[in-house]
Amino acid sequence: MTGALLAIVSAIFFPGIILRVKSIAGGRKGPGILQAWKNILLLFRKSSVFSTTTSFIFRLAPAVYLATVLCALMLLPFPGMPSILGFEGDFILFAYLLALGKLMFILGAMDTGSSFEGMGANREALYSMFTEPAFFILFGTLALLSGHLSMQDIFSHFQFAGEFSLITGAIATYLLLQIAMIENSRMPVDDPRTHLELTMVHEVMILDYSGVDLALIQTGTNLKFVLYGGLIANLILPVKGGWLGTNVLLFLLVQAGFAAAIGLMESFRARKKLAKNPQFIVTLSSVALIAFILVLLLTRNLIR
Amino acid sequence: MEQIFIPAAVLGSFLILVVPGRLRYYYTLSLVLFVILVTSVPAFFQFFSPLADASAIPVSPIREVMTSTNWVFRGYLGELRFTLDPLSAFFILVTNFTVLTGILYSRGYLKAYAKTKNPAQLALHNFSYTWLHFSMLAVLTIRDGLSFLIAWELMAVSSFMLILFEAEKRATLKTAVNYLIQMHIGFVLLLFAFLLTEAGTGVMSFDALPAYFANHSNTGLFLLFFAGFAVKAGFIPFHTWLPEAHPAAPSHVSGVMSGVMIKMGIYGIFRVLVSVQSDWYTIGLVILIISAFTGLLGILFSIVQTDLKKILAYSTIENIGIIGLGMGLGCIGLALHKPVLAVLGFTGSLLHVLNHSLFKSLLFYASGSVYRATHTRNIEELGGLVHSLPRTAGLFLLGSSAICALPPLNGFISEFLLYTGFFKGLGAGNEYLSIVFLVVILTLTLIGGLAIFSFSRAFGISFLGTPRKVIPIQASAITRDMIFPQLLIAFMILGIGLMPLAAISPIASLVETRFRLGPISSGVFYGTSLNRISLFGLILISIVTLILYIRTLLLKNRKPEYGPTWGCGYTHATSRQQYTGTSFAENLAELAQPVLRDREEFRTISNEDIFPRTRSLHQHTSDIFGRGIGKLTDLSWYVLKKLARLQTGNIRHYVLYAFIFILLIFALLYLKLI
Repeated sequence: MTGALLAIVSAIFFPGIILRVKSIAGGRKGPGILQAWKNILLLFRKSSVFSTTTSFIFRLAPAVYLATVLCALMLLPFPGMPSILGFEGDFILFAYLLALGKLMFILGAMDTGSSFEGMGANREALYSMFTEPAFFILFGTLALLSGHLSMQDIFSHFQFAGEFSLITGAIATYLLLQIAMIENSRMPVDDPRTHLELTMVHEVMILDYSGVDLALIQTGTNLKFVLYGGLIANLILPVKGGWLGTNVLLFLLVQAGFAAAIGLMESFRARKKLAKNPQFIVTLSSVALIAFILVLLLTRNLIR
Repeated sequence: MEQIFIPAAVLGSFLILVVPGRLRYYYTLSLVLFVILVTSVPAFFQFFSPLADASAIPVSPIREVMTSTNWVFRGYLGELRFTLDPLSAFFILVTNFTVLTGILYSRGYLKAYAKTKNPAQLALHNFSYTWLHFSMLAVLTIRDGLSFLIAWELMAVSSFMLILFEAEKRATLKTAVNYLIQMHIGFVLLLFAFLLTEAGTGVMSFDALPAYFANHSNTGLFLLFFAGFAVKAGFIPFHTWLPEAHPAAPSHVSGVMSGVMIKMGIYGIFRVLVSVQSDWYTIGLVILIISAFTGLLGILFSIVQTDLKKILAYSTIENIGIIGLGMGLGCIGLALHKPVLAVLGFTGSLLHVLNHSLFKSLLFYASGSVYRATHTRNIEELGGLVHSLPRTAGLFLLGSSAICALPPLNGFISEFLLYTGFFKGLGAGNEYLSIVFLVVILTLTLIGGLAIFSFSRAFGISFLGTPRKVIPIQASAITRDMIFPQLLIAFMILGIGLMPLAAISPIASLVETRFRLGPISSGVFYGTSLNRISLFGLILISIVTLILYIRTLLLKNRKPEYGPTWGCGYTHATSRQQYTGTSFAENLAELAQPVLRDREEFRTISNEDIFPRTRSLHQHTSDIFGRGIGKLTDLSWYVLKKLARLQTGNIRHYVLYAFIFILLIFALLYLKLI
């Protein structure tokens, strides 16, 4: 419960921090922290323009996208406390819920009949196909180390799995960070600031959305960020932290740090060549595989 | 009972050939319904036996029928035994449902052929359809080897007749013959397997298998059976008939073939598996490896197809792979004495059999509707169908989401069971097994991602955007009686997705009893997981509804504007500039080139081309296994041609052959070689 609520709270300042960090790194003052949400609220009040090519799928997609992210939030645990509705194997549902959102999002883009949006949809499908294995191997590793299958138990037990949990935790944090960047179509694979439709992924898919539907999508995207930020916080934060308030503060701090890291990464990192993106994403799976073998080695003495 | 029922059904099927055309459909439907009723009732009581206690019903002939598990039909030549157990009962129920939706769908689908086909052809089609149904039921209940093989053969022949429906097309004819030949390769393998059983035990029957396995090596005979059944089920590399035969057949037949007929192969493997006594580890590993390849390659091939039904056919292969992964997990669970893994694996596998029969038949029916309305199955010519065929689009979308294993639909449930099993197995065996299981998890996620890729392509290209070619669309060709069976399936898909335990608990108890695991499934399944998943389904649906409601409220007093799609400043976009199926698949095809063997024919512009002429680009992808088999047949064709020289037609040569043969025998006898 706490996890989901805190994630939603941190979503309020999350996009603002990214923007602010990027502006400061670029030598500008930048908008206020709440500007991103003000824009979204403005969109909610606006009317829409629809392409005549589109059908009910175009209108359904944003709602499903947001709904899947909201459902996934219910699976987000908080260090030392259960998630709202977690269960054994909940990370499988987590991944597949997000996949449902992605499918609808892809179809919504294809519904416009634009070649650019078809291109974006294609890339999104390809990238998410390559990202999912990394996520699953990562959770396989954590499950093996902790001996549990629900996110809450995995996170609370793996920290006590011995001295290996530190190195596994480090690799896992790195992986989750990168997966979050890819899933949200951010810097190494996609640049939200780009202005050429040919090279966009996420931005080109929402070209034809306007008004309420665009607002729904942007809300969903912001929530998706804090969803992954919450997972990272669960990895890092101590399970037994005495006073609950410390962990709450730390949770918010991790989210803010995550946002700042994204801002910094986007300011100082070049975007990859589009054709090289699949290779980059597959690398994540290999890193996850290394983590898995490492855990096997350390816990089971694979080489005797 | 059986003495009357079996002759009645057989005679009834022959009457189809003489019933007048107006009544033919209704007559066939009532015959099929009759058979479904008579077989489903005992199957239902057998399958749900823990839930539906038959002893509550007073002793009467009705109860006898309901609970009978043994039918003995005494004919002139001998007696034929039909035995019903929960495993057969499960498959019978699955079969009956899809056969029912198939025949309901066929009414509207076949209407278009009323003018082009003569009544005899249509009657023969219906006749073969009922015989496919009969033979599948026979395959599921007969234990005796010889009778089983005859039923198996009847199934192959009747489905051959069904594929041949459009025999005036040369490609169909070739495909059908190819299908028949490959089925007989499987048949021969099964025959050998049964002969081995007989040699070992003296009895040629499935019932003799436990005795055989108790005294002999398990792996050999099992693999022989597996190979024989794999040809029917479509495991790679035995799959090459499948992507040809499914598109060639009429859509309701493709639905039945893909939905249930190939599952007879899965049934056969399960039937043998319940008798296996040892070597579980080896058997499990072999099944896992073959299935992982089947799943991954199947979906990869499906991505590069442009024929809507071929996409579905290759995805059938993928799903057979997923079913096989469950079987492999179950076997390894038995080998490790971890009944939890075994229950999860086998239950997931069987549930996926049911699930796949639902969404695949739905998808085939929907693509049949597309073919009816547009007369093409090439997705490169389609587009924008969602506007003209909204109901078919919705159903196709539902089927696609289910086949991509997305919540809250049924596909997710079976894959969830498999995932849980493999994750639980990560720490169950030694380190090497952990790596194997991790690779399988990797395969499953890749299959999941590729399935989303493939079906967003199939649905997006053919139903969304604008038409890529000007085709007159006959939306009226899709009648209500074509939509109704699809709604029936959609209802089941949602039902299993939202109430998974209703389907899982009888399957799990079947697995427990058949594999002698003891009552453990209640501990595995009645925990929170499945309840939570169904709760999440409801939550998801209600949140979507809520958001849509809020959206409508917000947009109530605003007038939306309509305009063309944003063309990035370019105002004269044509529909030919849209992304096509090939371009959608291109980046993946490039990455997977070693398997897909993309071939391009394109002439580059040279310096001499001052006035460039018309250019064209042809892209081909082919199934490497199909090519391999092609090479094999070419080779045997070559050898046979050479051998044909011996057949001179000259009687003196034949006498010479006989003489040489006798000499050879003498020589061999003299050398004591025989």
